[in-house]
Amino acid sequence: MPIRLLAHLACAIPMFWLADQAYFDQLGANPVEKGIRFLGDWALKFLILALAVTPVRRLSGWNAIASYRRMLGLWAFAYALLHLLGYVVLDQYFDWQNIGHEIIKHKFITAGMAAFAILLPLAATSTSGMIKRLGGRNWRRLHYAVYLAVPLAALHYIWMVKAGIIQPLTYLAIALLLLLTRLVYARRQ
Amino acid sequence: MLIRTQSPIKASEITDRGLYLSRRQLIAGAAAAGLLPSALLAAPLPNLGKSQFDTDEKPNSLKDITTYNNFYEFGLDKEDPSKNAPGRLKPSPWTVTVNGECNKPGTVDIDHFIKEQHFEERIYRHRCVEAWSMVIPWVGVPLGDFLKKFEPNSRAKYVAFTTLNDTSQMPGIRMLSSFSWPYREGLRIDEAMHPLALLAVGIYGETLQPQNGAPIRLVVPWKYGFKSIKSIVAISFTETQPKTLWNQAAANEYGFYSNVNPTVDHPRWSQAKEHRIGEFGRRPTLMFNGYADQVASLYSGMDLVKNF
Repeated sequence: MPIRLLAHLACAIPMFWLADQAYFDQLGANPVEKGIRFLGDWALKFLILALAVTPVRRLSGWNAIASYRRMLGLWAFAYALLHLLGYVVLDQYFDWQNIGHEIIKHKFITAGMAAFAILLPLAATSTSGMIKRLGGRNWRRLHYAVYLAVPLAALHYIWMVKAGIIQPLTYLAIALLLLLTRLVYARRQ
Repeated sequence: MLIRTQSPIKASEITDRGLYLSRRQLIAGAAAAGLLPSALLAAPLPNLGKSQFDTDEKPNSLKDITTYNNFYEFGLDKEDPSKNAPGRLKPSPWTVTVNGECNKPGTVDIDHFIKEQHFEERIYRHRCVEAWSMVIPWVGVPLGDFLKKFEPNSRAKYVAFTTLNDTSQMPGIRMLSSFSWPYREGLRIDEAMHPLALLAVGIYGETLQPQNGAPIRLVVPWKYGFKSIKSIVAISFTETQPKTLWNQAAANEYGFYSNVNPTVDHPRWSQAKEHRIGEFGRRPTLMFNGYADQVASLYSGMDLVKNF
């Protein structure tokens, strides 16, 4: 149990770091933008980590790692939720009309919102109780949707940047690679 | 929940002038001791007059203006230019060559220019294409006054500007190899001759810091910030519309005109509102960045959606 606690604390480090930087006004001239991007970046990192669990388990035979998949997925959701709240509250200041306009007209917002809309039911059905209630098979089918959410989140990042596309492309490439391993595995079965 | 929609910058956040000058003296002392090349220093500018074009909005702090920059020659992050440009960019000695369709082409020594010229302070709104904005107290001369000395001829329909392109001073250039360096920008001649167009050499009464485009840059307050080209080494009068770096990088996103226009969105994000650095939330973006009274006539009869 203390190992799980430590793992949770490790996942919270970026959040603590951000809170510390914000409190001591170390986020530069545009702290809102910096904070929102930082949270989005970590949401994507945790999504990729969660996607990596199964391939790593299959390749290494380290089965215990499987029990961390839910934890990583939920932390990804936590960062994504804060990322979205930062956008709605601090960046847009509840300007629902403009937010609606952005979702409809601007594909980088569309992709980000779609990714979050997919993650929401996955987070809501993450408890053991929900797995039982849905049945393992249905639950698994539902959670395949994450295969769509991660590339959408990466596209959200790619479509946002003005230049310097290498980092967002790297995220997309890693995500696609992790999805490819599943395809290869499924073929072999 | 109490959230202020407008949070004016606290006076205490703006560098106190006494403190600023004492810091300058400290840096000057270090330079005198040979610890810093003297060319790095921002020096007070002489002959400073006031302008009729000032906005009465509160200027951003010198700290915000000098640490939140887009100057990709020094890196992609907003803090990169303030980390990488000082100490690398050598703003002195510096020359600007002026040629093309004019009767008196020439080369201007900028150290000499800064000493001799009579400058104006102009407090302008600055609106970036990324939908953030600042208010900046520039120091400079009207671009038109500068250009007229070279006697542009009747074929001079446009003015082309070029930034220094030196990979030894600018580490960001190699990192963005897909860009067609050098950074280039351009204006129509009537835009360039408009009294609002400024050739800036300073901010807050002092010479420009490297990350702000030292030693000499353009300021076109009614256009998106990327039109206001930094660290200029060449100016040319041309008959045809000059190529510009951002237009070459993504022609559908960055047009030649790039006038601030809240009704024409960037293909990937909205331009209706902007985030003023130092405030929460977003404020509406003004047509021509609030300079419509002065510049709208330059574009009468033009389709501003097509000519974005």
